[in-house]
Amino acid sequence: MIITKSKPKEAVLRSLEDITKVFIVGCGTCATLCQTGGEEQVEEMSKFLRERSVGKVVVETPCDIRVLKRDLSPHLGTIESADAILALCCGSGAQAISEFTGKIVVPGLDTLFVGETERIGRFYERCRACGDCIIHETGGICPIVRCAKGLLNGPCGGMANGKCEAGGHTRDCAWVLIYTRLKEQGLVERFKEIRTVRDRSKRAEPQELKTR
Amino acid sequence: MRKAYSGFMRALSEGKFVFTGEVEPKKTTKLETIIWAANVLKSHVVACNVTDNPRARAYLSSLVASYVIQKEVGLETICHMTVRDRNRLALMSDLLGASALGIRNVLVISGDHTTSGDNPGAMPVYDLDSTQFVQMVRGMVDNGIDLNGNPIDGEVRLHVGVVGNPNADPLEVEICKVERKINAGAEFIQTQIVFDVEMAKRFLKDLNSSIPVLIGIFPCKSYRVAEFIANKIPAISVPKEYVDGLRGVECLSNASESKNKIDAVNVDYFSNFIKELKKTTKVAGIHIMTMGYESIVGKIADGLRNETRKGN
Repeated sequence: MIITKSKPKEAVLRSLEDITKVFIVGCGTCATLCQTGGEEQVEEMSKFLRERSVGKVVVETPCDIRVLKRDLSPHLGTIESADAILALCCGSGAQAISEFTGKIVVPGLDTLFVGETERIGRFYERCRACGDCIIHETGGICPIVRCAKGLLNGPCGGMANGKCEAGGHTRDCAWVLIYTRLKEQGLVERFKEIRTVRDRSKRAEPQELKTR
Repeated sequence: MRKAYSGFMRALSEGKFVFTGEVEPKKTTKLETIIWAANVLKSHVVACNVTDNPRARAYLSSLVASYVIQKEVGLETICHMTVRDRNRLALMSDLLGASALGIRNVLVISGDHTTSGDNPGAMPVYDLDSTQFVQMVRGMVDNGIDLNGNPIDGEVRLHVGVVGNPNADPLEVEICKVERKINAGAEFIQTQIVFDVEMAKRFLKDLNSSIPVLIGIFPCKSYRVAEFIANKIPAISVPKEYVDGLRGVECLSNASESKNKIDAVNVDYFSNFIKELKKTTKVAGIHIMTMGYESIVGKIADGLRNETRKGN
């Protein structure tokens, strides 16, 4: 899931300076689960903006251009009359809205990471979308995202008592977790293997996937 | 056995017990301090390490400082290179530059995370990790190629060392990590600072290294420094007897007498530490980190050299 966080209200107001009519678009998928762009949050933002809010809708998946078109179509007249759209969804959804409507789009959320949900309000980054998954070599734990340095041959010298130096030895060191998991799985030899350099060219340009 | 390009590696390959020191360039354009520190170390160590943006602080370049020390002081250097601040292109470029300038030893370090430094908004690079850096150096030195197989004009004459941490807990994970770096082609190991001789002994025994290991020590110039390390640096165990030894002498009203007594505590403590390691392990030498207390290096190193000669 794409994890998002609401921008502070003051920041939203600053971005909406000079804008008098705002249409609000929420997201019925990830941002609803994060409680940042669901029905409740869209309603709350609309009330906060009072008369500046001219309309609102929660699109099922704003990042899917087909669904976006379907859900925004009944509101195109109101959207046309608005000066800007306030997007309560991830950056991908916000850009799809911009592309489809051609309107000024103001982000109301910050997109944080691809994450795992423990419970509502507790999310953990688990994937950096690096394009080269190797978690079968590392006990199902991704070192790219869970090691603060993204090392492939950790741990580094900053590990103390099984904890990571980044953030002041509060989080578990990913490489100690990897070692422990591989040992439990009887695969400790895999830990000892040298993982060679990554091909960063896979992430050096904007990614596209066209299978058909 | 690989050919030795440096005095440091030659001494190690001849089985000599070696001492190395350390110079830390600061956020400055002035070279006087590093030249002064290197001059203090010169007659007591085979080479001195030159740190690269330690604790993620942007300081004068380790490569420049290493070159200046070798040229102006005549002391061989072990140039630190952290993988935190430069991608593979910049690291390869610096390695070519180092070799061209006559620097013969590099020590690769992951580097403290950027968020703990003096520019916490910096991007942490980590394009390579230290193991991959070692592989890169091996390709350059042994095969004359860069990381992507492109040929290099001229011989790359460098030795690459890595760091180990005897204080690590769990130690078995650290041992596996260091073994990986040895398998990648590292030629020497210098460790993080150790105060507890038993920890150094356990590390050396568990690692049973096929390459020379220099144990890192850090004589503290005051009780306060020792107390800070004991209380604030996670996982560095500082024996109470050492801290108490410094506390006992520091409160003297006479500053010069106090300094002499602190020196004496350090010489006594670390001489015994080193003698114990020499007696019971395969330790190849000692790396003395000082951070402004360079004067202690000669007192510890020369004392032991005299001791050995007398013994012989």
